[in-house]
Amino acid sequence: MTGLRPAFRRPPAGAAVPGRGASSDLFVRALLIWLTMAVLSSTPVVLAVDTTQLANPALQTRYLALTHELRCMQCQNQTIADSPVGLASDMRREVREMLLAGKSDDDVRNFMVARYGEFILFRPRFSARTAWLWLAPGVLLLIGLIIAVRVVRQRSALVGQDNEPVEEDSPPT
Amino acid sequence: MNRFLLPLGAFALLVIVLAMGIKHSPEKGIIPSPLIGKAAPSFHLPVLNDSARTLSTSDLKGRWYVFNVWGTWCVSCREEHSFLLQIRKSGLIPVIGLDWKDDDDQAREWLAQLGNPYEVVAVDRDGRTAIDWGVYGAPETFLVNPQGIVVYKYVGPLTPAAWETEFVPRLPAHQAAKS
Repeated sequence: MTGLRPAFRRPPAGAAVPGRGASSDLFVRALLIWLTMAVLSSTPVVLAVDTTQLANPALQTRYLALTHELRCMQCQNQTIADSPVGLASDMRREVREMLLAGKSDDDVRNFMVARYGEFILFRPRFSARTAWLWLAPGVLLLIGLIIAVRVVRQRSALVGQDNEPVEEDSPPT
Repeated sequence: MNRFLLPLGAFALLVIVLAMGIKHSPEKGIIPSPLIGKAAPSFHLPVLNDSARTLSTSDLKGRWYVFNVWGTWCVSCREEHSFLLQIRKSGLIPVIGLDWKDDDDQAREWLAQLGNPYEVVAVDRDGRTAIDWGVYGAPETFLVNPQGIVVYKYVGPLTPAAWETEFVPRLPAHQAAKS
């Protein structure tokens, strides 16, 4: 640790400089990294694309949830809440107007799916076509578990067979 | 023998999954339209070159037409423009334009400069009709039959090859024979 730091940083031997030890140096560094990350991760909030604020807080919550689960079809890996392109803002307007008109969340989803297909939903609905998508993780996990159980059983069976003490290696002379 | 069975099976499965991915890779990024086989979304919009006129889906019923979504801000639309002019010249099928979120004056200038391939251009200033048609980028080109059913959708600048393989075969035989 000390060897990595430049010599002038090291306090003179014997002279105890309060607060300038290795641990405080580390602390400063950690603080800097933390600050950098805090600034970086907060940037999207500062540059928020969508500044819509609906008067009704319940509607606002639903609006935010919906715009975060609908795909921007133009950019495809962003939600319409995050995308600055014109189509996304048009689609947010549709969501807003439908909510203000008293439509349900499913009405909004159906409206979008009827026009753009299931692909627009970041959380695909369960249907015959998407069943594999939803079931595959569970099935794979189950397969993994079965394999794991079998391996563990085989191993423990081996221990029962082999009870002799392990031969010890002696250090070379 | 048995100890190779499981890894081999897993490998075979992986090969199948990856092969399917490769096979479908040209379609990546092209999203199948849920509108195919359904009625063309209705609209009622002003007409670009005639402020007194409006255009509705019902006006277009009774014949085949191509519905082309474009805008002067769209670079690829310039690319396909000369081919659209060719379609107009062939007289095979009318091309209806949807000027999407565009400036009317610029759109008129565009058509005056490059030529007008459209029988009529509807103006979608706020982009609602485009959303109804499931448009996510210009240019997009739809083929609609006389019953007003969307038969086919093409995404991207229209090419002669795509026209010959995707559009012409879908038209009734007597229309295709005329080209």
